[in-house]
Amino acid sequence: MSRVFISGMGAVSPAGWGVPALRRALAAASPLPVQPIERPGWTRPFLARPVPEASPRPAFLAHPRFRRASSLTHYVAAAALEALGPAPANPVPERRVGLIVCLQSGCVQYSYRFFKEVLENPSMASPLLFPETVFAAPASHVSVLLGEVPLVHTLVGDPGVFLQAVALAADWLIAGRVDRALVVGGGEEANWLRADAIWHFDHGCVSSAGAGCLGLSLDPADSLGVKLETVTDPQTYLSTWSRGQAALAMRQQLPAGSAEDLLCDGLQGVRRLDAPEAAAWQAWPGSRLSPKRVLGEGLIAASAWQCVAACDAVARGSFPAATASLVGCNQQAIGARFLRAAAPAGQ
Amino acid sequence: MTGAGIVTAYGLGWSVNAAGFRSGRTTFRPVTLFDVSRQRSKLAAQVDLPDTLPATRLPARQAARLDRASRTLLLAADEAWRQAGWEATENLPLVLGTTSGGMLLGEDYFKRAVGFPASHRGQPTRALHYQPQTQGRILAEAFGFQGPMWIIANACASGGNALGQAWEFIRGGRSTRALAGGYDALTQLVFAGFDALQSISPTGCRPFDAHRDGLSVGEGAAVVALETLDSALGRGADILGELIGYSSTIDHHHLTQPHPDGDAGLTAMSRACDSARINPADVDYVNAHGTGTPLNDQSEAAAINRWAGSRAATLPVSSTKAGIGHLLGGAGAVEAVVCLMALREQWLPPEISLETPDPICRFPLVRQPTDARLRVALSNSLGFGGANATLIFRQFP
Repeated sequence: MSRVFISGMGAVSPAGWGVPALRRALAAASPLPVQPIERPGWTRPFLARPVPEASPRPAFLAHPRFRRASSLTHYVAAAALEALGPAPANPVPERRVGLIVCLQSGCVQYSYRFFKEVLENPSMASPLLFPETVFAAPASHVSVLLGEVPLVHTLVGDPGVFLQAVALAADWLIAGRVDRALVVGGGEEANWLRADAIWHFDHGCVSSAGAGCLGLSLDPADSLGVKLETVTDPQTYLSTWSRGQAALAMRQQLPAGSAEDLLCDGLQGVRRLDAPEAAAWQAWPGSRLSPKRVLGEGLIAASAWQCVAACDAVARGSFPAATASLVGCNQQAIGARFLRAAAPAGQ
Repeated sequence: MTGAGIVTAYGLGWSVNAAGFRSGRTTFRPVTLFDVSRQRSKLAAQVDLPDTLPATRLPARQAARLDRASRTLLLAADEAWRQAGWEATENLPLVLGTTSGGMLLGEDYFKRAVGFPASHRGQPTRALHYQPQTQGRILAEAFGFQGPMWIIANACASGGNALGQAWEFIRGGRSTRALAGGYDALTQLVFAGFDALQSISPTGCRPFDAHRDGLSVGEGAAVVALETLDSALGRGADILGELIGYSSTIDHHHLTQPHPDGDAGLTAMSRACDSARINPADVDYVNAHGTGTPLNDQSEAAAINRWAGSRAATLPVSSTKAGIGHLLGGAGAVEAVVCLMALREQWLPPEISLETPDPICRFPLVRQPTDARLRVALSNSLGFGGANATLIFRQFP
């Protein structure tokens, strides 16, 4: 995959809208403040790190398609557009963009509201809500903003699916099916129902929301100075192949690394959940960055933040190489390595 | 394609489904899985699942606890696996399409979280099993294979895209085999959703009828075993048919309405023909998406008219949703197996409930059980949000 360059990055996170906000929060290395989410029937609230209001309001929200779109769709769109970058002064005609949106739980806010209405009185359930509950809704809305989009997929899975999608996007580019590709991982606005589900896996998790995006291209002129060296095989969990074994197999498929390299891992400070990944990387010789410790458990959005943080560190010259380790919660462990590449003149 | 398994409201397995599709009989009946008493429409194509599942590597206790979507998927996969004669293996890609995964469990999760907030019993399991990747893992455990798992959720084109993506993996040299399919179980949220949109026919869908009044929701699954020709011939497998073309497109017109001229559907069919290196004159039957909604069928008919050109006048078209309803994420995979059946057994699946063909259709609609000489069949999936897929199949040899 050494021909595949990172052409853009985008992020919406509890740190704010945009990669610079993510970069500042991770550089500060201090967990962002938490907010309570009231849960009906409980006296103790959940803790979450919501996405702050965008300021200024993103221009794309004026598009009619976004009138009723979910927060998840807003996050995905903002990250995708940031990664696509500003329209060039001399746009390349008919440049085909492929889009892959990765989700784990979909538009929970709208599903929750719609199903609540169904149980109360189905004849009064809003027909405006239901379409936005569909997994494919964010990709459909975002594709409208991108122009010539011959290929659009929505992939569902655990947080590792983000790098599966990066590998698929690279295939699309190499096969000549698209000229650029955007891979977006999104996590829905933190509400009590989503926080409740995460709480059942570990009471220490802090739910967060947002999206992250990587743009890919084969054209060195598009490069941010980063290339995708490799994506490992997805190591799927089975009853006979534990999360720890899968994490270790993923680790063994990646280069050993050096003291100059960066590892962006998925550790969040929750001992039981972190243990398999921590064990796989215990001998890592280089620097480490754990975005979830700062931002919270954003599921696929969090895995996208890890990859964006890795690429950003390489793009800014802080590290010659960075590895992203995604040890998902219930499907797979998968990793990737990004290397410094010569940036085109003018960047 | 060396294995195919299918579960629909016609029943379980190839033979009972082939008989059903060949007759075109309808299967719509009042829903009993959840309360529809306050819904505008009350009919769906509900599947009668058996009490016990076929023996697999799953522990009996685990198999007995599977949710409806997992059971449906497992039944289809078991038939495909046995037919293909595959054995436990490593590095077998699994590509599934679904819109809802285990949404019935998600609904239960919500009801319990609201109704019994102090009780957590079973909630972690519901939160885990409602996710489609858990259903995929169950298949891997059941048949003893390991490999990458892909879950495509491109709305009603999910199943078609899953087969197409698996085909791309094999064509691209990632694997010599792949297991692919689509599935969805009836859920209250989805049924009520289409009812809220007033998209469900109160009487049963009649695709391409001039007086059509909506879709009918169904449930089911289909799974196919795909492998390279060399692999299939090398082990002496019974080849059911070939998947020879695929394309995926997106329609930007509207979240819930396709472009009235069928632009994206036309592109999907044209590109699929390009990938198969055939032209419309080579196609002997079109299994249309044909939901029975006024807007879908108008758009798809326009797309078929434009794509087929002069071939349209003699090109048989039908929508098997007339018999089994719209299987959403399962639709594209089930309709792929219908095409395989038609190619292998040389018949056309009719729409016997069709009364007055919409004059927009410049093509003949199959209305009665018909034997036919078929070599190539094309299947459309035109989904919510504009996600489209077209697959093309050829008789083998």
